[in-house]
Amino acid sequence: MLRNDTVATIQEKALWMRRKAFHMVFDAQLGHPGGDFSAIDIIATLYFGVMRYDAKKPDMAERDRFIMSKGHATGALYTALCAAGYYPEDWLSTYMGPNSKLNGHPNRNYLPGVETNTGPLGHGMPVGLGIAIAGQLTSSDYRTYVLTGDGELQEGSNWEAAMTAGHRKVGNFTLIVDRNRLQQGMGTEETNGLDPLDDKFRAFGWDVEILDGHDVAALLDKLDFAPGSRQRPLCVIANTVKGKGVSFMENKASWHHGVPNAEQFDIAMKELV
Amino acid sequence: MAAPAVKQEGFFDCRDAWAQTLEALAQDDPRIVAVVNDSVGSSKLGGFQKKFPERLINVGIAEQNMVGVGAGLANGGRIPFVSAAACFLTGRALEQVKADIAYAGFNVKLVGQSSGIAYGELGPTHHSIEDFAWLRPLIPLTVIVPADPWETAEAVKWAASHEGPVFIRLSRMPVPNLEVANRTFQPGKAELVRQGGDVALIACGTMVHLAAKAAAALEADGISARVLNMATINPLDEAAVAAAASETGAIVTIEEAGIRGGLGGAVAEFTAGNLPVPVERMGFPGFVPTGSVKWLFEQFGLTVPGIAKAARKAIGRKRP
Repeated sequence: MLRNDTVATIQEKALWMRRKAFHMVFDAQLGHPGGDFSAIDIIATLYFGVMRYDAKKPDMAERDRFIMSKGHATGALYTALCAAGYYPEDWLSTYMGPNSKLNGHPNRNYLPGVETNTGPLGHGMPVGLGIAIAGQLTSSDYRTYVLTGDGELQEGSNWEAAMTAGHRKVGNFTLIVDRNRLQQGMGTEETNGLDPLDDKFRAFGWDVEILDGHDVAALLDKLDFAPGSRQRPLCVIANTVKGKGVSFMENKASWHHGVPNAEQFDIAMKELV
Repeated sequence: MAAPAVKQEGFFDCRDAWAQTLEALAQDDPRIVAVVNDSVGSSKLGGFQKKFPERLINVGIAEQNMVGVGAGLANGGRIPFVSAAACFLTGRALEQVKADIAYAGFNVKLVGQSSGIAYGELGPTHHSIEDFAWLRPLIPLTVIVPADPWETAEAVKWAASHEGPVFIRLSRMPVPNLEVANRTFQPGKAELVRQGGDVALIACGTMVHLAAKAAAALEADGISARVLNMATINPLDEAAVAAAASETGAIVTIEEAGIRGGLGGAVAEFTAGNLPVPVERMGFPGFVPTGSVKWLFEQFGLTVPGIAKAARKAIGRKRP
């Protein structure tokens, strides 16, 4: 497929994911739409332009792995897995309902395609690192991608993993930071500042790329590298907008776990076209 | 670090059995890997590291990362044995043990070294007497507490062959071989060390040896004590506890752990709801002082006379 076609396809998937994710949140009157929308273009790029997987064989040993470490952003992950064919679309309407496979946080026990259970922050990087090390041990050529929120990097476990990944030169490991600069309550820099984030990862022995996390072509360029081509772990700092795509949600911390009323839902659906 | 345990004739450090067994298993199964937190020496994995340098993953002093990496290695098809001092493996990485290992159901084996009060002199920060209470509610996690080198080796072999999360709790204090004829290791099953009808002494780990000695002392006084080695704390062998309760009418639990939420807690929970009998729980009531293992055992009655006294008390509480 030509890259331009890929970009258009990914953008189309991302739009579908935004509409479906917002629908899920509206129906359940629960969820984290702000963080869903900052991450959706990144996740759509991975699933529809980068990663190797077979939704019919979710345990295929040579699959590329993706871990949604910011596990509250289920709207982004669940819609991607659905669009990728892991499960039927009617499951989306069960989101957070009794006995739903679509829990408030991703659960590998119930939902095919979920690599590990996340939700408590700071778990994805160590687990992803372990997967990447397993790949090195077996000379497998799969790649491992972990998406963390930027606020999530305040958890110390991430830095334990960052140190190990740099020390061991785990080149098949990629961390993507959803850098929307807002956490649950307020700005990351007002809470426990992260800047200069790129320097921190470089100091830990990583390669770092900074890009616009809504620019699909840029994401494709940096995330779709040849297996075995990297000697150091890669951190992609994706500058994003919380609530991206819906005017009244953009850059508002209150939409971290805000839920729309009927009027807001209609406005959003008109904007998401 | 505590001084190495004093060598005694006929006594063995279960960590040797653990390390030798893991090396032998790794020889035959390339999926087996070890993950440590700067604990190669205290986990006795120097030999493993020499033989399989690539398969010894030392993440440094970083327990949360260590347990998460273990989960990831399992995702990647490996069989990781994550080994560290029990106090840090469980306490410091408890959320990772809960979310990444137990809840996720990853095929990871956690091996807690120098558990209980093995680090007596280092104080309560280094004692691991809360671990049973922390781990028992994480239901899919099998919790095994071997009593001697043979049982340690069997537990490690079983863990490697079992698909699912396991915690193995080891000491660093030398113990003798447990004298039981025709032994077979069955996870989830209590081992009958000694038959008896007046009271049941249910013990695990290092305490099984003391319980057996106490039963012998009680016999001299005309009291017949049953001794059970409850090597698996989770899941509890409820059938063995039920038989002990109904056939003896009185129970003493003995563990090198806190009495809240541990083996004694498990036995008391079961009997309270099913077969209420007197249950005397022996162990530690909370944080204990700093001191040698021997001194601490004496302070808290974890001695032959102490257990015998508790047995008499339990018998005295039987309903007429």
